[in-house]
Amino acid sequence: MQVRILRVQRQGVRQRLAMHGLLEGDVVRLKRMAPWKGPLLLEAGGREIAIGHGIAEKIEVEPCASP
Amino acid sequence: MRIALIGPPNCGKSTLFNQVAGYKAETGNFHGTTVTYLESRLRLGGQIVEIVDLPGLYTLEAGSPAEEEVRRYLASHSVDVIVNVLDATRLASGLELTLELLPLGLPLVVALNMMDEAAAQGLEIDLPALSRLLGVPVLSLVASKGRGVRELFLTALRVAQEREAPQPALPFAAPAPAISAAAPAGVPSPSTWEDTLEQRFRQARAIVAQVLRQGERRVTLRDRLDNLLLHPLYGYLFLFLILAAFFQATYATGKLLELPLLAFFESLSLGLRARMGGQGLLFHLVDSFVQGIAAGAAIVLPYLVPFLIGLSLLEDIGYLPRVAFLMDGLLHRIGLHGKAIIPFILGYGCNVPAVMATRVLENERDRLVAAALAVLVPCAARVTVIFGLVAFYLGPLAALGLYLLNLLIIALTGRLLLRLLPEPTPGLILEMPPFRIPTLRVISQKVWFRVKEFIVEAWPLLIVGSLVLSLLQVLGIERGLNLLLRPLTWSLGLPQATGVPLIFGILRKELTLIMLGQAFGSTQFERLLSPGQMLTFTAFVMFYLPCLATLGALKRELGTRRMLQVSALTVLIAWIVAWGIRWMGIFLS
Repeated sequence: MQVRILRVQRQGVRQRLAMHGLLEGDVVRLKRMAPWKGPLLLEAGGREIAIGHGIAEKIEVEPCASP
Repeated sequence: MRIALIGPPNCGKSTLFNQVAGYKAETGNFHGTTVTYLESRLRLGGQIVEIVDLPGLYTLEAGSPAEEEVRRYLASHSVDVIVNVLDATRLASGLELTLELLPLGLPLVVALNMMDEAAAQGLEIDLPALSRLLGVPVLSLVASKGRGVRELFLTALRVAQEREAPQPALPFAAPAPAISAAAPAGVPSPSTWEDTLEQRFRQARAIVAQVLRQGERRVTLRDRLDNLLLHPLYGYLFLFLILAAFFQATYATGKLLELPLLAFFESLSLGLRARMGGQGLLFHLVDSFVQGIAAGAAIVLPYLVPFLIGLSLLEDIGYLPRVAFLMDGLLHRIGLHGKAIIPFILGYGCNVPAVMATRVLENERDRLVAAALAVLVPCAARVTVIFGLVAFYLGPLAALGLYLLNLLIIALTGRLLLRLLPEPTPGLILEMPPFRIPTLRVISQKVWFRVKEFIVEAWPLLIVGSLVLSLLQVLGIERGLNLLLRPLTWSLGLPQATGVPLIFGILRKELTLIMLGQAFGSTQFERLLSPGQMLTFTAFVMFYLPCLATLGALKRELGTRRMLQVSALTVLIAWIVAWGIRWMGIFLS
């Protein structure tokens, strides 16, 4: 599934995501989810990044068609 | 002529270096840090060229030891050309560093490494266009297979001889203020720093948008492996199998080395006794000195070294972040996130590296909670007590029961700490690296670094502690100590003589069992302790005070006050659990 990051709610979270190369407006692919409210695995620009459930809740996205 | 290799961590820079350097590499270790650079000479195009492999880094700015050293190196050595190695599969993040290197004005060549992996991911990179935008030569490289290495260095040589400064034609206005290599690493105000950072991100993106096309992706080996290793069911099965194999291997190797080493020190001790008459203060001091050496050499190192080798292997292959991914959901219930699993896994070997490993956590509260919980994990030394006493006399099921009880107590303590320190833990953001084949050089470096920490910091403590305790024995303070601890042993329904073994246990957990035998004058524990007392005693040993070496590590990582708090907490937990077991035993029988 592909989504576009619309907004990241917290300043701190936004910065930490930016450090890992995830910015508002980016298109990311959701690759996997871990059970028990575990992290999501995203792929963006060839990197795979695991995002904890709490962080993921602060990211607003919209669905986005595959390129 | 000097060529400097610069690139982000994990971009294959060292693989490239090893391709050209062979075995003639010299290690230069900067003191006070773990940051290492390697230099090598090689013959290239008819002249001798010096090649230096600088530590991996994401930015020249942030001021970590690696970044400081790279800066210092660039300022103090005359570098003729920089070879900027990038991971082609992570172009955008790598280019951020390139954008910082360009304003240095030094001749620069960009090497896009792992072009084969990029192709497998369906990434098509327009090298000529990238070269035009950056104003420097851009070459394709597969360092692991030696493809493109020769062309890369010949180009670097040409660029260096012609002193070509980069002439970028960037899609954005000039970004960061030029950072001169010679300038001190002053800390810019956070806001401007964030701004330039953000600007570089945007610029790197803009470049990537122009040169990169996502074609058809193939299912890579990585995806196939991850389908198993990160699977919601099989993933946990593999986790269990991999960790079980890891512990079994560590345990088996350790056992193999421990027995002959113990026998050696035993004979040494006997020899001393024969020569010095087994009497007098001097004999006891020399003997306890040998005991202290023996503790490190025969009991700790045989387990620590294989354990660290296994752990570094798992780390370098790229498995540990996957463990964090699988465990994050569960660990959140005890107030930690997935990265904290690493100290826990380490704790089963030895609590010392476990406490050191809490450094991987970003914030102080998480480090405190992880360290406090990690010292409750029964380490290899406590295994000797659990197995030697409980498994031996009461059966392996009883030992397994203690392990499960331990997990339960850790979880409960985690919940409690979550209440006491409710600051929300910053969630997990963790890069999932590709699988890599570990290199011997990196593994041995890592293992040696940690073993050195043990030798320099923990071992002397063992020896000094051993000396002090033997003095206590010689001076006949033992009985007084037993009386002093009587309230504790009485409250747990344990014989008075168990007091001193518990004190010895602070030095080294295995000593509780060894000293118990000495205190009773017999190792037939079933005559001296009831099954209930064995369980009570072992449960107390499992949780109470971390050993001296771990206390040292706690002090270093958290400070004296926190160390004392954690220690008090462990004693409290140990007493409550042991007391509970005592009364449960009485109630059941």
